[in-house]
Amino acid sequence: MDRMKPRLATAWLGGCSGCHMSFLDLDERLIDLAGLVDVCYSPIADFKEFPEEVDIALVEGAVANEDHLREIRLIRKRSRILIAFGDCAVTGNVTALRNLFSVEDVLNRAYRENSTVINGVPSGNGIVPRLLNRVLRIQDAVRVDHFLPGCPPGPDTIYAFLSDLVAGRAPADRKTKFGS
Amino acid sequence: MSRTVLIQPVTRIEGHAKISIQLDDAGQVESARFHVTEFRGFEKLCEGRPFQEMPGLMSRVCGICPVSHVLASSKAGDMLLGVEIPPAAEQQRRLMNYAQILQSHALSFFHLSSPDLLLGMDAPPGQRNIFGLLQHDADFLRRGIRLRQFGQRVIELVGGKKIHPGWSGPGGVQRRFTSAQRDEILGWIPEAAESVSLALERGKRVLDSFRPEIEFLGNFPSLFLGTVNELGGLEYYDGLIRIVDGRGNSIAENLDPKRYATFLGEASEDFSFVKFPYYQPFGYPQGHYRVGPLARLNVAAFAGTPRADCELREFKQRGAGAVCESFHYHLARLIEMLHCVERIEELMAHRDLFEETIQAHASLNRRECVGSCEAPRGTLFHHYWVDPDGLMTRANLLIATAQNNRAMNLAVDQAARRFLKPSSASGEFEEGMLNRLEAAIRCYDPCLSCSTHALGHMPVVVEVFAANGDLVRRIARPPDSQNA
Repeated sequence: MDRMKPRLATAWLGGCSGCHMSFLDLDERLIDLAGLVDVCYSPIADFKEFPEEVDIALVEGAVANEDHLREIRLIRKRSRILIAFGDCAVTGNVTALRNLFSVEDVLNRAYRENSTVINGVPSGNGIVPRLLNRVLRIQDAVRVDHFLPGCPPGPDTIYAFLSDLVAGRAPADRKTKFGS
Repeated sequence: MSRTVLIQPVTRIEGHAKISIQLDDAGQVESARFHVTEFRGFEKLCEGRPFQEMPGLMSRVCGICPVSHVLASSKAGDMLLGVEIPPAAEQQRRLMNYAQILQSHALSFFHLSSPDLLLGMDAPPGQRNIFGLLQHDADFLRRGIRLRQFGQRVIELVGGKKIHPGWSGPGGVQRRFTSAQRDEILGWIPEAAESVSLALERGKRVLDSFRPEIEFLGNFPSLFLGTVNELGGLEYYDGLIRIVDGRGNSIAENLDPKRYATFLGEASEDFSFVKFPYYQPFGYPQGHYRVGPLARLNVAAFAGTPRADCELREFKQRGAGAVCESFHYHLARLIEMLHCVERIEELMAHRDLFEETIQAHASLNRRECVGSCEAPRGTLFHHYWVDPDGLMTRANLLIATAQNNRAMNLAVDQAARRFLKPSSASGEFEEGMLNRLEAAIRCYDPCLSCSTHALGHMPVVVEVFAANGDLVRRIARPPDSQNA
C-alpha cells in the first residue's frame, strides 16, 4: 500500500446519496483523484468496515438511527480530519424534518396507514436498526473538523476542498450555500 | 447446529442493507433474506407543507434519480391544479427523464457492476471498484464516466443543476430550452452513441460468460409491470400500465397509473424498511411483481427507435415470452441506455421543445392526486392529499426499488442455496461466494434511499444464526484488503 498518499474515506449516513453522486460528478477528475489519494472506504467500493488511520473522512447524511450513531463514533475515532459533507450532515436538513413528528407517527404512516397487509413494523428488532427519537446533525454526535454545505455541494467545490486538504492547506471558504 | 450468516453492509449498491443467511443443522443454506436498514419518513415529514414545495422536497428522496421524483411530484401537482401542461414543458420533462435514466444506468453498469463483470466475482475485494477498474481498463471506465457525465450535463443544462434540479413544478417548468442548449447536447451525441454501442457489444459478450450467475442469481418466473404507450411501445413519462406473467402472457392491460391503489397493495414486514408491493388480484405474496429495465423490455412490444428496436428483438429471444433471469437486468439497462441516447437526439429536433409557453397557471382544483412515471429502476408513484389551502395532509410513495423487494429476496435466497458452500478445507465461506449474493442484489440496482425514502450505502455483513436464533458469528470483509 502506498503510505505516502493520504487515505480518503467516504461514508453515507441518513441522506439521499446526492452528495456522493456529486462526488461522482467529479467525472474524469476521479481518475486524477485516484493519483492523489488512496480511497480506503466508500459505498462505491467493497470495504465492509471503516478502517483505522483514515486521513480524510467525508461523511454524508444526518445521524438518524442507532447504526448511524455507532458508525459516526467509529469514523471519528479512526479519522484525522472529519468533514460534515453536505447539508444533511451540516444542519440535518431534509432528514431532520421528521423531528417535527414522533418516531411512532412516522413509522405508522409508512407501515400501517400506507399498507394493505401488515405483518410487522420494522424498527430496532436486531435486524433493522432502531430510529433515534431525534435526527442529529453530525456535530451533535461527534466533533467535526470542517463543514462542506450544499444540497449537494457541487463537484468543483468538492474537488477544490479535497485538493486543499491533500496539499495540507486549510480549505479556503468556498462560499457554498445551504440548499444550493 | 444451525446458524445464520449476515453480509453487511451490502456494498456497491445505492443504499444501506444487509443479507442474512439461515443455515440448517448440517451447515447447509436453509434460507436467505435481504434487509434494508434505512428509513427517513418522507410520507410523514411532508405534512403541513404546500404542495408546490413537493417537487423540491421529494427530489431529496434520492440523489441518484432526483429527476424521477421531481417528475412524479410535478405530475401529481399538475393534477391538483387540474391542468394539461404546455407542450414545451412536457417535452422538457421527457428529455430530462431520458437523461436521468441514461446517467443512472451508466452509474449502475460502469461504476457499480463492471468491477464484478470485468474483474470477476472472485477478484480481490480491494480491487472490485472503479479505481481497480482504472488499472484494468482505463479507456472503458473513462467512456462510462463520460456517458454518465453526458446524462448529468443534459440535466444541468435544462434544469440548472445536476443533482436536485428545481426546474419543474405543478403546471410546467421554469426555464425555456434554448438552441444553444440543443447544440451542446447534439455535440455530445456521437461520442455517447459510440460509447453505449461499445458497452453493449462488450456487455453481451461478457455477460454471456456468466452462465451459472445467469442461471442462479435470481432466475424465476414472476409478474412484470411497466408503463407502455397507447401502441404498446416503451414509454417513460406518461402512459398506461401493462402487466405480463413469466411467459409473457398478458395479465392486465391499459391500467391507469392514477388508479394504482385499486390494483396494487403494499405489505409491511418487520425485517426490512422496504415494504413488499403486490398485484392485488393475486394477493400477497403471490402477487409480487418486478419492475425496471427487465420488466419494461418484457412488457413493451417495441422500443420505437431503430437501434434499440434491433436490440430489443434480439433480447426477447432470450426468453420464452418473457426474460426471467435477474442477471439480464444488466443487458436490459444497456439497451435502455441506447434507447435514451436515440430519444435525446430525436428530441433535439422536436419543435415543441422550443416553444415560449412553459407554464400553465391555475389554482388548487382538487384535493387528491397521483403522479407517475418510469424511473430508472421502475414505475414510480407519488400519491398526495392536501387540505383546502393546498397544504399536504398525507403522502404515499410507491417506489420502483420497493416493487422489486420480494424479487431481490428470492434472488438472494436462490443465489445462497446455489453458491454458498462451506470450503471443505476451512469450513468457511469464500469471499467470492458472498460477493455473488451481493451481485444478485446489484442486478436490481436497488436505490434504497428511494425505496425507504431513505438511502445509505449498502454494506454487506454476513451473520450466521444458530437454529435457536442466536447469532453465532459475523463475517465482515477485512477493513483494509486493498492489496489482498
